[in-house]
Amino acid sequence: MQISYFTERPYRGLNEDEILKNKAYFAVPNALFDREQAANDYNYYLDEYCYAEELGFDAVALNEHHGNPFCMGSVMNVEASILARITNKVRIVLIGNPLPVLKHPLRMAEELAEIDLISRGRLVTGWVRGAGSEQFFNNANPAYNREMFNEAHDFIVQAWTKPGPWRYEGKHFHYRHVNPWALPYQKPHPPMWIPGVLSPETARWCAEHRYPYLGLGTALGPTCDLWDFYADEAAKHGYQAGPENFGYLIPTFLAETEEKAQEIGKNFVFGGGQNAFSRPEHTLPPGYNSKGAIRMLAKHPGGSWLGVSPEKLRAHSDGGRPDTTDFDTVRQKLLKGYGKAQKNLQLLIGTPESVLPKAKTLLRVLRPSIFVFFNIQGPVGDEDRKTSMRLIAQELTPQLREYAKEIDLVDPFERTPGSVAYRNGVTRDPVVDREPLAALGMAG
Amino acid sequence: MANWTEQKAHIAEAELTLIKGGAGKPLLMLHDELGFPGWVKWNDELAAEHAFVIPLQPGFGKTPRLGWVRSFRDLAGLYSMAVREMGLDPVDVIAFSAGGFIAAEMVAADPKIFDHLILVGPMGLKPEKGEIWDIFPVTIRTHLRRTVADPGTAEFGNIYGGEMTPEQFEAFEDARAESARIGWEPYMHNPSLPYLLRGVKNVPTLLIRGSEDQIVPAGCIATYTKAIDGAKAVEMANVGHRPEIENSVEFVKIVQDFLKE
Repeated sequence: MQISYFTERPYRGLNEDEILKNKAYFAVPNALFDREQAANDYNYYLDEYCYAEELGFDAVALNEHHGNPFCMGSVMNVEASILARITNKVRIVLIGNPLPVLKHPLRMAEELAEIDLISRGRLVTGWVRGAGSEQFFNNANPAYNREMFNEAHDFIVQAWTKPGPWRYEGKHFHYRHVNPWALPYQKPHPPMWIPGVLSPETARWCAEHRYPYLGLGTALGPTCDLWDFYADEAAKHGYQAGPENFGYLIPTFLAETEEKAQEIGKNFVFGGGQNAFSRPEHTLPPGYNSKGAIRMLAKHPGGSWLGVSPEKLRAHSDGGRPDTTDFDTVRQKLLKGYGKAQKNLQLLIGTPESVLPKAKTLLRVLRPSIFVFFNIQGPVGDEDRKTSMRLIAQELTPQLREYAKEIDLVDPFERTPGSVAYRNGVTRDPVVDREPLAALGMAG
Repeated sequence: MANWTEQKAHIAEAELTLIKGGAGKPLLMLHDELGFPGWVKWNDELAAEHAFVIPLQPGFGKTPRLGWVRSFRDLAGLYSMAVREMGLDPVDVIAFSAGGFIAAEMVAADPKIFDHLILVGPMGLKPEKGEIWDIFPVTIRTHLRRTVADPGTAEFGNIYGGEMTPEQFEAFEDARAESARIGWEPYMHNPSLPYLLRGVKNVPTLLIRGSEDQIVPAGCIATYTKAIDGAKAVEMANVGHRPEIENSVEFVKIVQDFLKE
């Protein structure tokens, strides 16, 4: 079992009203940026990752977003480079570099090789397509997002493994001289874990490449469906998927008392939380989603996997931007969502004692061998953040590790993903256990 | 209402869907970035004397997407081939918004392909002042509303009113995706086009723009009139980016008068 620590590194100096007024984090004007606040936050988060190492987390996870105070990691490889040098034993997990958005896979291959070398082989690299808003921010053509993702990935693997120099003439990328001098420390290259929010296309691609898929706090029932889909695809490629193929990220906040945890935990919906990452028009750039996804949105616009509800889409379709919404009413709605998310086990809030059975249920149902704790959002102070980390590491994790052993959650370092052969004609082994879902009031 | 039909034509490797209707001298119509809105009043008015040929843009639903078409210039090449293969050249053309971009690329490559060139709120050139409004970071509804000065216009309501059906939503998303694919960067214009348009001589050209157009700025028209020898510009008062819908009577008169020249 790989227990990982993750934070979005939220900018902690922003008045919530500014986010609510903008109806999203993305596109909050940077006139509100304060350099001292940002400098403090950046330095603190690096220290916090070191603290995660001290506490015994197996890995620290980073991501990146652009033009967004929701996440300060706008160039994740910079932070990963620093961590490569100032940490000693944690794995550095990138979930992940947005390949189509960055548009320079050779440079990416070089940067990651350096991180892997400096850390002496502690890099786990992941790839993402980049959120819809990143396409606008980076002027990346959304209609080519999937193609560029695939081509960049294939190119990077080649750049790391095929002796140079060679020439590359692809569809979207072209290089005259591919011969990166710095190659990864790990051979043939660092492991890859792929985060996602339930896109079947991504799950199919992961299964094909035998890469672990990490669900990012996704709803339990649909996540089970996707795990099954992955496992079916894996069987087509001749292997039996298992816990080594799956990871799950769960927003978690612990405190010494239930009351304190519940109060501070509300910061997961600060400004609207991840549902307010960007407005619908920035979430759905033209051509970004597959035809199938668009068809599903057209017929069932409540599909949470696109992060857009029909009400939200309608409200934002009227051309309105800032309005005179009563922010207190908005906050009340957000708090309702906060309660619901806890009930659905998409948020773990409480003391180690109250959270343990819920975390165990997640492990039992989804059987992930990579479990990533996502620390609190919003302007929460250093001490409260660290207390939560300590309680997770010292009081929750040991029991989860025991339980993981008990139910045989073998991780990707113990068993190579895709290494268990699947025999044609035999029913594949289950990868999820839906039995507890009924008790939670969720469809099995 | 004039009769119109939907037909297929094999051009290059494409199976192009065409709308044909009316009688008389052929009139090529190139629809805008939202797709063909359907046969409406102004089509009917002109169809008495003109035979419409309206290709439905590849990737917009009816005509399959062509992967090799990666720019408006590529698309213009395909349409030019289509015009030649159908024996229409030199043909009169009326082209709207991004369709205007296609027509401009066509005439720049082959000035003899058109007899009369009418560009309505055309994209394609970087405006000398202002910007072509970015249609991509908005929802369909926002985009649609911005195309007209008065959303209360009856025909606008007939075409786009009511709840959007799943089929409409999908068709709009197809159109947006394809427009993004070929027009994302540089945004809906081609920096070399004004230079190539300077080689266009003796092609009667009319530029029409609504005074309240919120999509294509007046600066685009100014750039076109400088680039195309002898191009005339007409501004229609109190209408937006869809003058053919907002004031079809005046629009049809302007077009008819010009085509008779």
